[in-house]
Amino acid sequence: MAAVCGRPMISCRGLSAGYGAHSVLHRVSFALRSGTVTGILGPNGSGKSTLLRCLARLLPPSAGSVEFDGTDLFRDLAPRAAARRIALVPQEEAPAHALTVREVVELGRTPHIGRFGWLHRRDRIAAGHAMREMDIHRAAERLLDELSGGERKRAVVARALAQEAGVLLLDEPTAHLDVRHALDLLGLLRRLARRGRTVVIASHEFWQLARGCDRLLLLDRGRLAADGTPRRVLGSRACARAFGVRIRRGQGLTFDIPGRRVQSDRRMSNVKT
Amino acid sequence: MSGRGPGLAGLAVAAVLAAVLAVSVGPAGIPAAEVVRWAGGGGASLPEAHRLILTEVRLPRALTGACVGALLGVSGAILQGLLRNPLAEPYLLGVSSGAALAVTAAVLLGLPAFVLGIYAMPLVAFAGALVALAAVYFLARARGRLQVTTLILAGVVVSAFLSAVAMLFAFLSGPRYLEILAWLMGRLEPLTASAIEWTAAITVLGMALAWAQARDLNALILGEEVAESLGVGVEAAKRRLFILSSLLTGAAVAAAGPIGFVGLIAPHICRLITGPDHRVLVPASALCGAAIVLFADAVARVVVAPSELPAGVVTSLLGGPFFLVLLMRHARMTGRVR
Repeated sequence: MAAVCGRPMISCRGLSAGYGAHSVLHRVSFALRSGTVTGILGPNGSGKSTLLRCLARLLPPSAGSVEFDGTDLFRDLAPRAAARRIALVPQEEAPAHALTVREVVELGRTPHIGRFGWLHRRDRIAAGHAMREMDIHRAAERLLDELSGGERKRAVVARALAQEAGVLLLDEPTAHLDVRHALDLLGLLRRLARRGRTVVIASHEFWQLARGCDRLLLLDRGRLAADGTPRRVLGSRACARAFGVRIRRGQGLTFDIPGRRVQSDRRMSNVKT
Repeated sequence: MSGRGPGLAGLAVAAVLAAVLAVSVGPAGIPAAEVVRWAGGGGASLPEAHRLILTEVRLPRALTGACVGALLGVSGAILQGLLRNPLAEPYLLGVSSGAALAVTAAVLLGLPAFVLGIYAMPLVAFAGALVALAAVYFLARARGRLQVTTLILAGVVVSAFLSAVAMLFAFLSGPRYLEILAWLMGRLEPLTASAIEWTAAITVLGMALAWAQARDLNALILGEEVAESLGVGVEAAKRRLFILSSLLTGAAVAAAGPIGFVGLIAPHICRLITGPDHRVLVPASALCGAAIVLFADAVARVVVAPSELPAGVVTSLLGGPFFLVLLMRHARMTGRVR
């Protein structure tokens, strides 16, 4: 893994995308390196989820391209091949039937197995490894609906890990998680990146992105408005414009809505993971 | 997880018991013990009349019933998985009615059952089933997202309409009116040996094809978008599954008319026993469907003896309340969760 560290794994060139006549993303370009955690930040409706869907090969671009390690994601990679390289953790998911944690995680092997769905030894090993990595292995035989929100999220991330994909995309991974579990998850994602994965988090939670990411991409109405370290992006004028709040840099990060102080994350940034 | 092996074995036993019951009851009662002994090779003990009844009448009929049940059970499992709808079922979705209308029309137009040595009726029924399923799907989708109840509503409407057209055809046909009407209620007709062979062959092929969809059906449990992100080509998989379930339903309807609710009940019972994994659910639903149709046919021959009911009447009597329970449970769940 160390050898590939730092290589651009995913790159977008002039990426535009949308739904029918409604275009959401406008000529977005960037490259993401392996071993890093990148946050996609932006207000509601700025195109975070749309961008994630493009990166996950779910939504073809209307213009421009998405490349995985130099190959065009939509033209040159079949869905199964793409799913072995890129895993998505959706914001919400509701299985149609009650599944156990193990069943959910084993579904992560879908792109690796034959059409009859039989798992080999190495598939079970990968699933078991993913469950241990997410510390959910003790709940393996429990039903997903019996778990707490945090455990459920860990099970879904474990499924993405079982895919053994180098790129991990997460849509609002800390939604519905309390601060403790959110910090745990962010710490885990960091560790995964350190071992060579490319992690992308779409979120609108400033403090989590500030804590969890090496780099932030700011989307404002479908355009890439800022790109850099969390400190730089969060303190940028573009960020203030996008969200309509003023952000002051201090010891921690303090967020002001003009006229009213809402939240200081100083305490939060002192919480140890 | 743990109930899979024993669950499948239990369903196999149930199917065998239902088969023994189906061949032993009827106007000439043949004791089950005699049937079992005969099946075990002790044929000498069986009176000649009973042996003839078994080999010429009841076994072919039981084989047909088992095939029809397996086809409907698996078709239901596929539709429920594909549409992520616990109430989906070939009969309720109008798929069976489409197949039945196509067969009725073909028979009345004088299409022979065999064309160039190929059993044509399943193909005709398949075409009817596919058209009906496509109609229901697009009707229900016309309003955006595919809602559980909208889909069933569209199915019931299409089903009622197509059934009415089939009955109109039956009525206009004159002397064969009653015969066709009984068939439209889902009745195990005496088929020719060749037709039974074809039905059995389609059943075996259909089961294999359905089993080969297990991976994609399992991924679809998580939703279409997640399945796509797991590498399932969802649109292609949906097309395959639509065609496959129409093929299975068509073969069943060509053999025995539209028998209702088997495709609803069988997968539900199996999910309780073996869990939602389609690698097990597909063969389990086949066994369970076969058991249900064989049992229903046995009941249909006993309750109004010496006459007999269409088996579809019995399955509907069982299936109606079953559907209501599922519907109420679904309504309760959606009321609370969403």
